[in-house]
Amino acid sequence: MKAVLIAAAALAAAPAFAQDNQGRNLAAGCAICHGTEGRASDQGSALIPLAGLPKDHIASQLRAFRDGKRPATVMQQLAKGYSDAQIDAIAAWYAARKR
Amino acid sequence: MKRRDFLWLAGAATAAGSLAGLPSGAAGAGKARVVVVGGGFGGATAAKYLRLWDPAIEVTLVERTDIFTSCPMSNLVLAGFTRMDDIRRSYDGLRRHGVQVVNDEVTAVDADRKRVRLLRGGALIYDRLVIAPGIDFRFGEIEGYEAAMQAGRVLHAWKAGAQTVELRRQLEQMRDGGVFAISVPMTPFRCPPGPYERASLVADYFKRAKPRAKVLVLDANPDVASKPGLFKAAWREYYAGMLEYRPNSTAIGVDAAAMTLKLEVEDVKADVLNVVPPQRAGDIARKAGLITTSQHWCDVDWRTMESKALPGVHLLGDATLAAPAMPKSASMANNHAKIAAAAIVEILSGRPPVPVQILSTCYSFVSRTEAVHVASVHAWSDADRTLKTVPGSGGVSPARSEAEGTLAWHWARTIWADSFG
Repeated sequence: MKAVLIAAAALAAAPAFAQDNQGRNLAAGCAICHGTEGRASDQGSALIPLAGLPKDHIASQLRAFRDGKRPATVMQQLAKGYSDAQIDAIAAWYAARKR
Repeated sequence: MKRRDFLWLAGAATAAGSLAGLPSGAAGAGKARVVVVGGGFGGATAAKYLRLWDPAIEVTLVERTDIFTSCPMSNLVLAGFTRMDDIRRSYDGLRRHGVQVVNDEVTAVDADRKRVRLLRGGALIYDRLVIAPGIDFRFGEIEGYEAAMQAGRVLHAWKAGAQTVELRRQLEQMRDGGVFAISVPMTPFRCPPGPYERASLVADYFKRAKPRAKVLVLDANPDVASKPGLFKAAWREYYAGMLEYRPNSTAIGVDAAAMTLKLEVEDVKADVLNVVPPQRAGDIARKAGLITTSQHWCDVDWRTMESKALPGVHLLGDATLAAPAMPKSASMANNHAKIAAAAIVEILSGRPPVPVQILSTCYSFVSRTEAVHVASVHAWSDADRTLKTVPGSGGVSPARSEAEGTLAWHWARTIWADSFG
């Protein structure tokens, strides 16, 4: 019984860890334009740094791009590649970064 | 340990300071070590993100040059619209992340004993190895080319650096009324829009400096291999009468004395001949036995970037046998590196790696100030065992614009910082 419980705990822990990295891993792709961890180093850019922005704001803007409600050159095309769950994971991860 | 091995390792201690020593046991017995071979977009990003995501990992990057020169934006240097200094980055940014940068070249990989041999002597031991070989050229498919290139007569400038500077000099010295011919190989090759961007920017330079000169694009492919509508619109509207495009024109030989390119059906004379040769994975991939497909490219597991030929070796960038609709680009190499870094961190911690969804955004200039883009999102498919573009995502610019020209420069500075800073 004890062994079963330990095995169950291990199973529960493994996906939780993967879940933790989902936002980090998805957001890493965005870094080519938005900078490492959302801290863009290019001064005077049209792109705002994403680190530390409110989660709901990032998520709502990504959905607006995806649904064609916010004009963009690239972001409408990219946002269509992400599910609601993925958008929430990306937004949560950026929101938790220090500016 | 055999005496020869000991000497091999002792040499490395000289080359790389404290890096080499006695081989560690399995990962976990002391600090895990990752060696990264090649400091382009893929290798540099892998080294940086490994340190970022697990500072307990010791990361050594082996790179033969002491400064990085970017292929993206190098066509602007050729056209005289920016300078070499603007497209170079040092490796100091990686050092600040704790990456040990070794200015050397890997000459052999011993995957059984998990070590790589260095040109200047010695070896490095690893728990996981990352190789970002870049490309090398299949010179043999164009008769007379290699000799013409060695003589400095016919260049490719498809690795940014000395040839970029020299081709710029050739263009500046060319007479007004002369012909610049660029030969494009059959896909796949590094940077699919690159040749067409180059033709566009050289034409823009000619418009300003040598208005009677001509640009001739001799393409082995049946059509422009990337963003065809956008390039052809720019050519029609900006460079009519100056730029001529000829599809199905495969180069088979070069006569440097006559400055003639031999095609399958005709010979073409030019004042400046820029031949981009067919390509393959870089030499280190061949030496390490990583090439799996048609003697040119390296097949990988897209969940981890692990080589299908050598377990424990992760392979990135242009050298990979591309997944469907995946360009050989800086964006992709940078993203490959993040797949590899995420996987290596999990593997070294004894956890199973999880597939990573990646993206690509690439800009091409069609004139000095205007650019166009292509974007794509790539996700792992359990059914097809590869990365596939997510349905409905991605696409190209509706039209060229100066706004995208500005974004292109922003993209370049940011991906340089993400990869090297």
